[in-house]
Amino acid sequence: MTGQVLYAQLLYGGSGILLVLLGLWSFLVHGPLLRKLIAINLMGAGVFHILVAIGYRGIDTPPDPVPHALVLTGIVVAVSATALALAFGKRLDQDDD
Amino acid sequence: MMIDALPLAVTLPLIGAFAVTVSPLHARGLGLMAAVLTAASALSVTAAVWSDGVLRADLGGWGVPLGIALEADGLSAAFLAMANVVALAVSVYAGGYFKQESARHFWPLWLLLWSALNGLFLAADLFNLYVTLELLGISAAALGALTGTREAVAANLRYLLVGLLGSMSYLLGVALIYAAYGVLDIGLVAEAIEPGPVAWTAMTLMIGGLILKAALFPMHFWLPPAHANAPAPVSAALSALVVKAAFYLALRLWLDVFAPVLNEAAANLLGILGAAAVVWGSWRALRAERLKLLAAYSTVAQMGYLFIAFPLLAATPPGLARDNLLAAVVLLALTHGFAKAGFFLAAGMVQKTAGHDRIDDLGGAAQALPAATFAIGLAGVALIGLPPSGTFLAKWVMLEQAMILGLWWWLIVMMVGTLLAAAYIFRVLSRAFNREPTPYRFVNDARTELPALLLGLIATFGLGIAAQPLWVLLEQGAFG
Amino acid sequence: MSFDTWLPAAIVLSSMIPGMLIFLLREESHRLRTLLNMTGALVKVGLVIWMIGGVYDGQNYETRWTLAPGLDLVLRADALSVLFVALSTLLWLVTTIYAIGYLEHSPNRSRFFGFFSVCVSATVGIALSGNLLTFVIFYEILTLATYPLVAHRGTPDAAHGAKVYLAYTMGGGALLLVGAIWLQALVGPVEFTQGGILGVSPEEIRVELILIFFVLLGGLGVKAALVPLHGWLPQAMVAPAPVSALLHAVAVVKAGAFGIVRVVYDVYGVEFAYANGLLLALGILASVTIIYGSLMALTQDSLKKRLAYSTVSQVSYIALGTSIFGPIATIGGVVHLVHQGLMKITLFFCAGNYAETLGVNKVSEMDGVGRRMPWTSLAFTVGALGMIGVPPVAGFVSKWYLGLGAADAGSNWVIAVLIASSLLNAAYFLPILHRAWFRPAPKQWPQEHRHPGRFEIAGALLWPPVITAALALSAGLFAAAPFTPLEWASLIAEREYGR
Repeated sequence: MTGQVLYAQLLYGGSGILLVLLGLWSFLVHGPLLRKLIAINLMGAGVFHILVAIGYRGIDTPPDPVPHALVLTGIVVAVSATALALAFGKRLDQDDD
Repeated sequence: MMIDALPLAVTLPLIGAFAVTVSPLHARGLGLMAAVLTAASALSVTAAVWSDGVLRADLGGWGVPLGIALEADGLSAAFLAMANVVALAVSVYAGGYFKQESARHFWPLWLLLWSALNGLFLAADLFNLYVTLELLGISAAALGALTGTREAVAANLRYLLVGLLGSMSYLLGVALIYAAYGVLDIGLVAEAIEPGPVAWTAMTLMIGGLILKAALFPMHFWLPPAHANAPAPVSAALSALVVKAAFYLALRLWLDVFAPVLNEAAANLLGILGAAAVVWGSWRALRAERLKLLAAYSTVAQMGYLFIAFPLLAATPPGLARDNLLAAVVLLALTHGFAKAGFFLAAGMVQKTAGHDRIDDLGGAAQALPAATFAIGLAGVALIGLPPSGTFLAKWVMLEQAMILGLWWWLIVMMVGTLLAAAYIFRVLSRAFNREPTPYRFVNDARTELPALLLGLIATFGLGIAAQPLWVLLEQGAFG
Repeated sequence: MSFDTWLPAAIVLSSMIPGMLIFLLREESHRLRTLLNMTGALVKVGLVIWMIGGVYDGQNYETRWTLAPGLDLVLRADALSVLFVALSTLLWLVTTIYAIGYLEHSPNRSRFFGFFSVCVSATVGIALSGNLLTFVIFYEILTLATYPLVAHRGTPDAAHGAKVYLAYTMGGGALLLVGAIWLQALVGPVEFTQGGILGVSPEEIRVELILIFFVLLGGLGVKAALVPLHGWLPQAMVAPAPVSALLHAVAVVKAGAFGIVRVVYDVYGVEFAYANGLLLALGILASVTIIYGSLMALTQDSLKKRLAYSTVSQVSYIALGTSIFGPIATIGGVVHLVHQGLMKITLFFCAGNYAETLGVNKVSEMDGVGRRMPWTSLAFTVGALGMIGVPPVAGFVSKWYLGLGAADAGSNWVIAVLIASSLLNAAYFLPILHRAWFRPAPKQWPQEHRHPGRFEIAGALLWPPVITAALALSAGLFAAAPFTPLEWASLIAEREYGR
């Protein structure tokens, strides 16, 4: 049982860490705005993965609600920040025309 | 009654933001009303902490871990008071600065920022801190781009992205903490935390994210363009408050959460970065061609001074000397908040009159606006760290402690920074002495000049001569 | 909270508050501004007279205000501070009158007189400082308040002079701050105490204390214009004449010299300073400055520059007197604080009058000014003779005591310095007097403004130099009477050495 939980947590958490690292690498390396924005969102997804993994307590047990609340809030925040960044990007594109 | 002021300080500006969005025609009136009420509730929180000690409120009756808890101790009350006085002054100034169209955009974002700021100072758990941090970053970036010019938008886009990166790093640290200890409340985390790789990684991630947002050298690159291209009242709030909030949080975590994990190497690293910021920021400020860019680089330098506090705090054993040192650091942060806001507000006034802010061509504009020039002068005295400003006292205490510890090199760094600051401030002030006789009226536009002057006076005379209450306030809880 | 505890603060505020109000005045409010100026000056004179009486009777006046734990703002009256307070208060009154006359019809007077008042408040604060922290605070405020006065005219010259002035004084201020903080970190809060506080310091910090002395001296030496830190003084001559008078006689250089006296007597203690060779170092520095300043003065054709280098030289008599171990030289040094002030302010007022009335700025243009402006020239002559050390003008008394003190202490080389410098003083002042009185006037003055009244120039410009010249004369003539600078300096020396 605990072995299964640990395995699932490791899988999700590990892929979360991988996503974070990928996102960070992409953020630092790539210049264009859109790629940076996607990179940041990728990082966010990675962090949320990690949080979900932390909340997992097995198939039969209800998950810890706290990390889930965090993820939900985090997604809302990330979406609004992305929206603002896109609005800025649009403004810059318009200026270029 | 007093407990209620805690949530009010966060919700009032939020309600105000909603009201000005619904009724944009009355944006200015409603906004100012919300500003006054918010500042009043925040100051009453500070007064209550002063007289009764630490305050705590669990919103909606939910306890730890799911509820949203607010807490005010001496440290948060001190920052809260500074931030709200500055924000009120900025609001009054903005009431005269923004005309109908831009006012409609300014007020909702500004009140949102204010709410996030108060929330950040009062939040009692690590995740709510993340939410306020993000809200602060988003609203700050939106406000910074308010002029809509290409430079402003580009600079603030960069600011937004960097800010997001910082918050992500912070959030990852929070996730680690929760994974390891299963709690998020600052007090509970502090009890549970143990030295080890998890705590270490979490600290690195969280403090690392915060120094990105606090624009500590060499992560300062985003700050000067973002702050210099924003409208004057927004620059004031960004430079005086928003970066200061990130510093506050770093200090709070350092003192309350990671205290058992700390080591001197980390503290020294922060201090060295701070020293580099002092020298580099001051140097760039000296070379800046525009007044607002100068002020922005000066912020980079001033944030550096604050981080020099970390190695000093780490080297000082707990006790009276450490309390004294911490109070001095807070005094430095608060004084800079007042001074930099006053500086930006006055600079905005000069810019508006002259039609530009190129320092070398300011001449007549500065001489025609005695009140604004005085505000720049008073704020400048505080930025340099000359008496009778709060900065002078704070630097004296910090340097005396550095000498007692035998860490004399911090003294050299801070004196170099002081002299460079004197050079760049007087480069501006020397423009106020011109040959042409100007009709001398002290105040020309009370609504915009008086807030700036008032902030300058608080920084230079208020906190320099009557800072003693801060020491009393900080005895409330902050020292654990 | 009795009046006694607030008297020192009241003396500082009596010029600070009018200064702040003057800033707010509209440019046209001449009468109100003059009223504020004169009220402040007269109230201060009254308060200082009260204080002199009290201190003479051994009364304690102390204002103490806690800035932060361990950091107190202390204003305290002792014999030495009262001497300096009395000097600056009196000369401020006179200079204010002069400045009102001098700046009539010129722009930006609210700004000028505002900073003028702050400047004097800072000087009085320096005089009354009861500890090193307070001294540093007012020392820096003095820098801040004098900068706008030097830059006041707004010409490129003024801007440059102000910049140089600022660079020097900020650097000096930083040194002073470093020294003060370092010292406080070693021995705790440094209260000015008669006889010093370091006599009982442990042996192992001795080297550090000696280092700190030179750091402090570097900080104070800038304002006191000790060579090689004197470069700002001739540059700052671009300021309006009343500002020069203030810089040279009342405020800035005096603040530096006064600080040196304080640090030697009331921080280090004269015995500690003597035993560790600090006095000798100070004496050599002062002597070099005295000779160098005089030599430079010889070569200047600009009258104000010649006076400026003369200041460099003369102010170091104060440091020289301090550096000789023994009460008699102390009297000579301390009394010169006042005497130099009286004489030098007279000379600057006169230089201002020549420039205003005749457009004469150079020594070579001064032929025959004596006949044309007899009152001004008479005052100038008294001041110049005093500087040389001709009896019975006050300068003679200073030099006499310095010489006696040096002989008493067995420092014969100091006597040589005194003689050399007096000869040099004569060499650069006597030709001016010769030109003024014994050479024929030119057909046309460089830029003449005829004054319609009875005298050569308006009363506000005439009476100040006449009064200060008379004071310089009587301070020498009646040196032995009670309450003269000499008597007071003897009181100070007695209290320092006669513990």
